[in-house]
Amino acid sequence: MNFDDTPQEAAFRETARRWIEANAPRELHAELSKSSLGRIRLANHDIVDVGKAWQKKKFEGNWACLHWPREYGGRGATPIEKVIWQQEEGVYGKLTQPFQIGEGMCGPTVMAFGSEEAKRRYLPKLASGEEIWCQLFSEPSAGSDVAGLRTRAEKKGDNWVVNGQKIWTSGAHYSDYGLLIARTDPNVPKHKGLTMFFLDMKSPGVEVRPIKQANGMQEFNEVYFTDVVIPDSQRLGAVGDGWNVSLTTLMNERMSIGARLATGVPEMFELCSNLMLEDGPAIDDPAVRSKLASWAAKSSGLKYTSYRTISALSKGERPGPENSIGKLVSGMMLQDIATYAMDLQGAAGVLTGNDEETAQGQFQQMLLSSPSMRIAGGTDEILRNIIAERVLGLPGDIRVDKDVPYNKIPTKGR
Amino acid sequence: MNFDFSDDQKQLRDQARKFLAEKCPPKAVRVVLDGKTPYDKELWKGLAEMGFLGVAIPEEFGGAGAGHLELCVIAEEMGRANAPVPFSSTVYLAAEALLIAGSDAQKKKWLPAIASGEAIGTLALFEGKGNPSPKNVKLTAANGVLNGVKKPVADGAIADFAVVAARTGSSGRDSDISLFLVELRAGGVEVKSLTNLDPTRGQAEIAFKDCKAEPLGAAGEGWSILTQVLDRAAVLCAFEQVGGADRALEMGRDYALDRIAFGRPIGSFQAVKHMLADMYVSATLARSNSYYGAWALSTNAAELPEAAAAARISATQAFQHCAKNNIQVHGGMGFTWEFDCHIYYRRANAMALGLGSLSYWEDQLIDRMRKKNAA
Repeated sequence: MNFDDTPQEAAFRETARRWIEANAPRELHAELSKSSLGRIRLANHDIVDVGKAWQKKKFEGNWACLHWPREYGGRGATPIEKVIWQQEEGVYGKLTQPFQIGEGMCGPTVMAFGSEEAKRRYLPKLASGEEIWCQLFSEPSAGSDVAGLRTRAEKKGDNWVVNGQKIWTSGAHYSDYGLLIARTDPNVPKHKGLTMFFLDMKSPGVEVRPIKQANGMQEFNEVYFTDVVIPDSQRLGAVGDGWNVSLTTLMNERMSIGARLATGVPEMFELCSNLMLEDGPAIDDPAVRSKLASWAAKSSGLKYTSYRTISALSKGERPGPENSIGKLVSGMMLQDIATYAMDLQGAAGVLTGNDEETAQGQFQQMLLSSPSMRIAGGTDEILRNIIAERVLGLPGDIRVDKDVPYNKIPTKGR
Repeated sequence: MNFDFSDDQKQLRDQARKFLAEKCPPKAVRVVLDGKTPYDKELWKGLAEMGFLGVAIPEEFGGAGAGHLELCVIAEEMGRANAPVPFSSTVYLAAEALLIAGSDAQKKKWLPAIASGEAIGTLALFEGKGNPSPKNVKLTAANGVLNGVKKPVADGAIADFAVVAARTGSSGRDSDISLFLVELRAGGVEVKSLTNLDPTRGQAEIAFKDCKAEPLGAAGEGWSILTQVLDRAAVLCAFEQVGGADRALEMGRDYALDRIAFGRPIGSFQAVKHMLADMYVSATLARSNSYYGAWALSTNAAELPEAAAAARISATQAFQHCAKNNIQVHGGMGFTWEFDCHIYYRRANAMALGLGSLSYWEDQLIDRMRKKNAA
């Protein structure tokens, strides 16, 4: 048992470290190092611009989309090398945010189902950051039950004509291409009538509208499709096989384990150390210590769970659905910590300004943003289902709509 | 990175699991539970023959000379089987105290006897309510004799010797405490069995009246030695707790697959599935924290105090959580004496108190994290 790299891993780490030292945008280091829960904002730069510059540099140095094959813009690296790269990239990894959906989900789907021509045309530009991709799966009536989606694609000659609406699309407003799942046959059960496409986000009839979220910010979009034409050559997989194709996309989402999720524990530890209660610093209060210690133990449990996963990767094993615990634990923890931090702040906790007595309002922001952590990328409930069914082997839910033609499923407002 | 046990260590774990499945089935646990014998003597002998009692004891003192990682994997299996033997008292507490502070003569006398299963040892620290703290040690040592009462002492009624924490000063500092080694079959010792939450592991009161005792470690060093012993034992107990938590989770999962209600297995209801998923989450966090503790213990790392506290907290919570919800999954059947759920529920809650309660270790973790942050 040890935390050491193998000689090959150490050599790879050294090469990566040297390249990063020579090429990373150091002027942004301090700003990127500040803890940020949620989207990154830079004072004097647009994250997409500086992100594109960093991505391009990485691509030129052969450090972009590491685990992709070389002919499509990657490095042909192993999963453990990708983890090592992420560790070394550190805070600069935050600059890759606009490209994560492309690299982690859209790219692998194109790679698995696209024509050779499409792969050579689109993947290198995705890897270099020149073109950004988004993912168009969720709909207002199809969240956890994404196979219940309504957006229609109808065949007209060599083209498909798309009408409908997607929601919760990160980055749609700056994306060049989108991965779209749509219903091509409403007369068969819901999972069987879906087909996957990709499309140019600048196509006529595509309209992107930002969503104002419960926390007051605008980070996601709604995307409307009105008679949008997609050539059949941009279909991924067979007609009616969209559900299987989407499983590839989602499986790749769960592979992104190197990224550490925020838990709020370091921020809370700092708050408790500095906050004076009536009898002294909060951290001397037994009730505070008890909660803080439980959260710290959970947080270290997550850290060492990810180390165990990295060790499995290092041996060439593939991580499984047990990785679902990271987001499940940290999402709830963030929300609980935020609530308790404000409890400690007492009356002033209600204020959301940039005040010293409320630690610059960071927990108030955390409180308002944390509900999304428990929903986006699989709700807490879906993650528990995944653990129960795929790790513990419990039976799947009884699905009353499974064998019913989609257009016969009773639903509100259709 | 290889943050995992080696293939040899995993093989040892499998070997221990197989051995315990055969020699320590629930039927054997119940013989002790029902009070027919204070511990499973046959099993204890078998553990000695397998080399498990002395796995971390150096060869020169009659052990296998393997190491703490090997002891961790065996501890996990002891917890999984709810083994009704004085393993934790003898191996994690008494043997570790001897390894840390024993004189050569003391090691030569007791460690081979532990490894061979001839001697049962324990730690006599607590005096009624309260957590580990120098100020809670009232028993005195003067002129080579001890006077005072210790309770509860785990496995005290069956132990041959005890490491006893005694007051040798009154300065109010940690250096007021010294450790002594006492043969419990000698004069001046009165032992009384006490009923407790977990009858598969006994508790006793031991009264010392002008009892002769030899020092263990230097005078005034008692508290510093104890702190190290408790940290080591916290990691080793965490593995027992992880083993118990996993077993309780498995029992719940198996029952949920088997039991039919409303025309379907109860494991198909989300209320039950989600409860089991949450049990899996806490057991996984506990396992990962315990692995870190094992690494720190086996390398004697400076991180051990913090790692031990995190492992202790996480494993205590996980075992309590899994044992409690295992009963819930079983419904009414889980509340019968006949089903084994309560065995783990009892063990989980007794173990949560044995080395100092959860709140004590939470306190320790915060202190240790602060120390690290300040450094």
